[in-house]
Amino acid sequence: MSEPLLSVQDLRVGFATEEGVVQAVDGVSFDLRPSEVVAIVGESGSGKSVTAQTIIGLTRANNARIEGSVKLGAVELTSADDAEMRKLRGERIAMVFQDPMTSFNPVYRLGDQIVEAIRAHRPDTSKRAGKERVVELFEAVGIPNAERRVDDYPHEFSGGMRQRAMIAMALAREPEVLIADEPTTALDVTIQAQILGLIEQLNRERNLATILITHDLGVVAEVADRVLVMYAGKVVEEGTLDEIFYDPQHPYTWGLLGSLTRLDRPRPHRLPQIAGSPPSLLELPEGCPFRPRCPHEFSKCTQYPGLEARLADSPAHRDRCWLTPEEKRGKRQVEGQIGLEAPR
Amino acid sequence: MSALLEVTDLVKHFPIKRGILIDREVDQVKAVDGVSFKVGRGETLGLVGESGSGKSTACRAVLQLIKPTSGSVKFEGQEIAGLGRRQMRPLRREMQMIFQDPYASLNPRKRIGQIVGDPLKRQGVASGSELRQQVQELLERVGLSSEHYYRFPHEFSGGQRQRIGIARAVSLKPKLVICDEPVSALDVSIQAQIVNLLDDLQDEFGLAYLFVAHDIGVVRHISDRIAVMNEGKIVEQGTADQVCEQPKDEYTKKLLAAVPIPDPRESRERVRNG
Repeated sequence: MSEPLLSVQDLRVGFATEEGVVQAVDGVSFDLRPSEVVAIVGESGSGKSVTAQTIIGLTRANNARIEGSVKLGAVELTSADDAEMRKLRGERIAMVFQDPMTSFNPVYRLGDQIVEAIRAHRPDTSKRAGKERVVELFEAVGIPNAERRVDDYPHEFSGGMRQRAMIAMALAREPEVLIADEPTTALDVTIQAQILGLIEQLNRERNLATILITHDLGVVAEVADRVLVMYAGKVVEEGTLDEIFYDPQHPYTWGLLGSLTRLDRPRPHRLPQIAGSPPSLLELPEGCPFRPRCPHEFSKCTQYPGLEARLADSPAHRDRCWLTPEEKRGKRQVEGQIGLEAPR
Repeated sequence: MSALLEVTDLVKHFPIKRGILIDREVDQVKAVDGVSFKVGRGETLGLVGESGSGKSTACRAVLQLIKPTSGSVKFEGQEIAGLGRRQMRPLRREMQMIFQDPYASLNPRKRIGQIVGDPLKRQGVASGSELRQQVQELLERVGLSSEHYYRFPHEFSGGQRQRIGIARAVSLKPKLVICDEPVSALDVSIQAQIVNLLDDLQDEFGLAYLFVAHDIGVVRHISDRIAVMNEGKIVEQGTADQVCEQPKDEYTKKLLAAVPIPDPRESRERVRNG
């Protein structure tokens, strides 16, 4: 196995608020290898976006406490100063955001905004050379009439085209790592399919390692190699794409899989659902934080299990659930599908 | 028996105007361009399409929230296209709406009790302690608690807010509820809760739904019949399974092919087969 490009070790991010410290990310570890796509999945508030933002240094507020380590090659990102971070951003690691409508400045031409980003790193680039580069990038991400469209304003682009322009901007300095935070959530399905195809293509052709943040396992199935499932700031299960989809070990993962509507299957009478809502990070229940929503809770769940390998034949798979693999296999089927039984 | 809602040749064009002193109409946006469909009692019709296909405009024109350019909207046999606010008021009791954005559709300065109780009060169904009791029962019915009555919207999550919107819409026991993208702003896990809740309420109150969404998976789960909309027109209509399993129209096929399959092996298969 190749050396990891990015290595996150025991990352903890807490925010001091008036009501107490919100531990948004609580001991997350994972490695990202060259040309790998790692998906981080979870509901709102699970800490997936904060993990991503912390990696690229966007959570450095006065009230934030960041512990643990994020290494990009030999560089420690958590202790890098702002000037260093600025240099690394774009150059080695770049990010694409969810909302392509609000990520560009509406009063500047798109091409100029991207040229500005290029010139920030390479002040010796001429404006003309910068613009030529943008045209190249637009062509690479599949924006038609690139030459003309670089002079357009953001409002002249559709949502999908704007997301392509965002990706073009992220790619401008040829980074090694791309972080995509819900890149397709705001888009129509047909456009979503195109953007996912684009991410896959970049991943294949440029060996771009990608961290994909999403709440939609359907999106994950299309592009990811490995999956981390997060709940209340912790990773509750991680494994290869196939392990997560065909032999999921954590009841929360079952719930996420079960609540998907599937066009390729007959409709179930009821969608298996996860009862309740994610816990407040200020009042986490004792033990496993998923316990109040889990139909399979038992006495041992008042202690929180560690993230451990529990499957004999897949050492890279880890989860946090006290049930034995045999018990899990027995409990997770609902109407022939993986899910949580609907409480009625 | 006639359909509960019968929409025939509904058209809504928005003028594009130019000029400083004299507004000249230079063109039109044909947002809804001759749409016909029926919704039977207790039935769910799903309306799918991408953004800009005109599905939300169609809903608003059905409810007379915007005036249709032409066409007919019959509710229980009565023509309602072109009726004014006052004439619509008694009908509002029978037809309600659930909106997409649970953050924008609840007045942040009102308590939950007021928000949910407002339709009951305005229609003169209940008042005083009776009103409060009815609202609290409703809140419990949609999976909230009666003590939420005095809380404000900001204290609730997106899924809970959508439950509040649902309680408000069903408070008058309407015959038809128009749901405009009711789950697209929610997490997938919470979507399932809301879809199941809508299912239960339909059984309990005999509601008919016009369910509008861009997510064809959700639409297929909840709908008896589906109409697919593109560029202001309905391109295909049929039972939910027909439309999803044997689509006839090219656009429907394209829409279905773009839906991610949450199954890595099948999605790899699909990539291999182009």
